Amino acid sequence: MSTTFVPRALTRPGPVRTAAGFAVAAVLLFGVAPAVLSDFRLGLLGKFLCFAIVAAGIGLAWGRGGMLTLGQGVFFGLGAYMMAMHLKISDAHLRGDTVPDFMQIAGIRELPAYWVPFASPLVTIAAILVVPPLIAVLLGLGVFKRRVKGAYFAILSQALAAAFAILLIGQQSTGGSNGLNRFRAFFGYDLSDPVNRRMLFFIVAAILLLVVAATRQLMRSRYGELLVAVRDQEERVRFLGYDPATIKVVAYAVAALFAGIAGAMFVPIVGIISPADVGIVPSIAFLIGVAIGGRTTLLGPVLGAIGVAWAQTALSESFPSAWTYAQGLLFIVVIGFFPAGLAGLAALRRRRDDDRGGAPAARTTASGSERDSEPESDPDPESDPEPEMEPAR
Amino acid sequence: MTSPAFGGNAGMSSEYLEIRDLRVTFDGFTAVDGVDLTLLQGDLRFLIGPNGAGKTTLVDAVTGLVPATGSVTKSGVELLGMKTHRIARHGVGRTFQTASVFEDLSVLQNLDIAAGAGRSPWELLRRRKHVLPEIEEALETIGLTAHRDTPAGILAHGQKQWLEIGMLLVQDADVLLLDEPVAGMSGEEREETGWLLRRIGAERTVVVVEHDMDFMRAFATSVTVLARGRVIADGTVAEVQNDPQVQEVYLGSAATEQEA
Repeated sequence: MSTTFVPRALTRPGPVRTAAGFAVAAVLLFGVAPAVLSDFRLGLLGKFLCFAIVAAGIGLAWGRGGMLTLGQGVFFGLGAYMMAMHLKISDAHLRGDTVPDFMQIAGIRELPAYWVPFASPLVTIAAILVVPPLIAVLLGLGVFKRRVKGAYFAILSQALAAAFAILLIGQQSTGGSNGLNRFRAFFGYDLSDPVNRRMLFFIVAAILLLVVAATRQLMRSRYGELLVAVRDQEERVRFLGYDPATIKVVAYAVAALFAGIAGAMFVPIVGIISPADVGIVPSIAFLIGVAIGGRTTLLGPVLGAIGVAWAQTALSESFPSAWTYAQGLLFIVVIGFFPAGLAGLAALRRRRDDDRGGAPAARTTASGSERDSEPESDPDPESDPEPEMEPAR
Repeated sequence: MTSPAFGGNAGMSSEYLEIRDLRVTFDGFTAVDGVDLTLLQGDLRFLIGPNGAGKTTLVDAVTGLVPATGSVTKSGVELLGMKTHRIARHGVGRTFQTASVFEDLSVLQNLDIAAGAGRSPWELLRRRKHVLPEIEEALETIGLTAHRDTPAGILAHGQKQWLEIGMLLVQDADVLLLDEPVAGMSGEEREETGWLLRRIGAERTVVVVEHDMDFMRAFATSVTVLARGRVIADGTVAEVQNDPQVQEVYLGSAATEQEA
């Protein structure tokens, strides 16, 4: 994990280019996508955007903070299950029942006590926003204050994802291994209506843009510099008077927040949440897109997650069994040979172009006091919402 | 500008670091065995001794990296038992034998992080808008003004060590513990580092752990010799050099080497 990026001295994207980037992304998501995609494909893209929201958080915690978050399925699952519980209760209320349909079949006549708060939409939304980061903070403090790091943290978080999935499978009151599904309405809006489904896509697209904007601010702030410092030299940061545990916990909690929100949006868009969506396999799948896109960059994880999810859907439609192998192979190749991901390859090519252009020294000369610390390059120039990676000379 | 002097240069008002009966034990092996040491502001103190004498362990104990018994007080505040980052906030800074700057970040970013331990969350969440005056000053002091936007990872070895020292300056440390700052440096870089230590040592308490005897002779105002975890001599360079015990365990061999 010792990828070294030489910061670009000359290509500092100004506020105009950033605003333009967000505008392009908004046009693509709110204008082009609904115009060219069928309702079914738009729903799929909505699901991919959920994964992209998770990926943005992983990019921060793993790429910038060095925490290999192998258990994001837990936070994704918490957000998803809390949303699903609310939807099931409100569906039951619409029919005039007190308990959701699957509980009636299982012979449960009374709502379990832990379901009761989720009857309220406000409590549900608040819990989705608060519970995953809170758990991340508690877990993070317990782990990082004890200076547990590296593989141990990764194993711990993965074990947590496994335990969470096993717990859910055993719970009849969350639908066991079937999970929760067949949702009819989302906060009063009929989910079978294509207009409402399109609105869901717009909501998740807007959340993604907000998440990218928030991540961008975090990465460029002093906190973002500090996070990279902790990743690379944790002890040194300690001797400067900071507690690295606190710094890491913040990034971990933000990643948990994003994953929880993504899970909550996944439920109405996909229409099902089950233990298979939150365990070890999906937790690792979240990482693959991030690794392939380029984990230390802002847009790499987001576009990588969308790209991998798209490839998975496209390929598994035609070669159902081959995809799993292809995915695993891709992951190994990227981690082993291109740890900086596609964004790293783009940066490499740009650097070579620069050198060939006879200006190798330019990278080390001063250009101003607040330029980027990282190349925000992009694996896919065509769908690039933030066109700030062309070499500027 | 005042210079560092034997016994400190700040008189009664000075800041000080007082180490009393410091002991560090690893699994029955005593690495530091009852060290007493008083360090005064404005005294450029060199800590020397053969390999395994406990020099680095002493620095580790003072900065909270290894548990120790005894007492370490800085201007009356007990440091022993505090967490590492708390000790740093009390103004005790250190460097390591291998320069440990943040290689992916620029010189300026390195210094900005070093200056920021007391920042509020609100300040941390915003971007750096301008360069703090103390950072400009430190850049000047360590001679890296022209390299402010250079990634620390591509600095020369000597420049990395100077950046480390600069980080201690903006961190507002008044006790600086430097672990072999000139190891691996060229003669010229050593010379420059020595003068840098002289400049910054005037207003601070600087302790230099060092192996290089010539460097010590040229720049130390006082010397403490450690052997097998104990202080065996303490005084000016001349006093220490004439101490028969020191000649026996340490300088003796160096002196013979020189004569040969």
